Amino acid sequence: MSAAELPLWAAIVMSLLVLIGAGLALAGSIGLLRLRTFYERVHAPTLAGTLGVTCILVASMLHGSLVEGRPVAREIVLGVFLFLSTPIALLLLVRAALYRDHVAGDRSVPAADTGRPDDDPSGSAKRARDASHAAPDQTQ
Amino acid sequence: MSARWLPFPRAALAVWALWLLLAPSPSVGAVLLGGLLALVLPRLLVALEHARNGARRPLLMLRLAGRVTLDVTRSNLAVAAIALKPWPRPRRAGFVHIPLTLRAPNGLAVLACIITATPGTIWVSWDPQDGMLVIHVLDLVDEAAWVATIRRRYETPLLEIFG
Repeated sequence: MSAAELPLWAAIVMSLLVLIGAGLALAGSIGLLRLRTFYERVHAPTLAGTLGVTCILVASMLHGSLVEGRPVAREIVLGVFLFLSTPIALLLLVRAALYRDHVAGDRSVPAADTGRPDDDPSGSAKRARDASHAAPDQTQ
Repeated sequence: MSARWLPFPRAALAVWALWLLLAPSPSVGAVLLGGLLALVLPRLLVALEHARNGARRPLLMLRLAGRVTLDVTRSNLAVAAIALKPWPRPRRAGFVHIPLTLRAPNGLAVLACIITATPGTIWVSWDPQDGMLVIHVLDLVDEAAWVATIRRRYETPLLEIFG
């Protein structure tokens, strides 16, 4: 089936899905602009990375099966990889920010597990770790 | 013998299936190359400390996956509303401390993926000493409710799956 013979319902469904997906990505970008602190902002891009990309992948699956006549499993694999890899990037960003804030002396954020001796006596979790890991930590 | 040649049979099968899925068209070459990769690539897992996860209860996994899909969809809409509202209502964002009993490394990895993939919550840190998880919540209304939700909705099934 070529794109011209695509049934109307499929064209409408696919267009809506692509628009919703792009709209969610846009909402995430606007959130990135409007939210104030780093820890708030880091939530916004997940809109594009989850439901946004899912909508576009479903549209691509419809297109693939109706127009190109190929199996749709590739998009599912893409979705799984995104679900696995997005958190890794976000986690690294959050931990880098924690480390930065901690070094800057901001005590409103929890201590990042940096593996270095900590001079902050206020975090109870950190204190427990330092007590049990005092010797190895000093060497780093 | 088979354990020596195929230390991770399920991973090997997954690599093979993945290769065939991603190949542009099914062919003898793709089957052979995929088979070769399936023999070689899973060996990298030997270097991982927690490669054998002992996950069980596939039905519960499916139910958890459904639950996560629903929650991710719902929080997508909630966070989109927060991002787009022209005059935002007063909202508090903050860190929530959640004591976990889950200790299985792969269970924690899945929990990190779930929490971070859900818009509005992000995994911040987990202390191996006392099992205290810290997450950041964009729209923090009731801290105790978050603790209860994460523990009941995600930790309980993960405890059963990863034991």
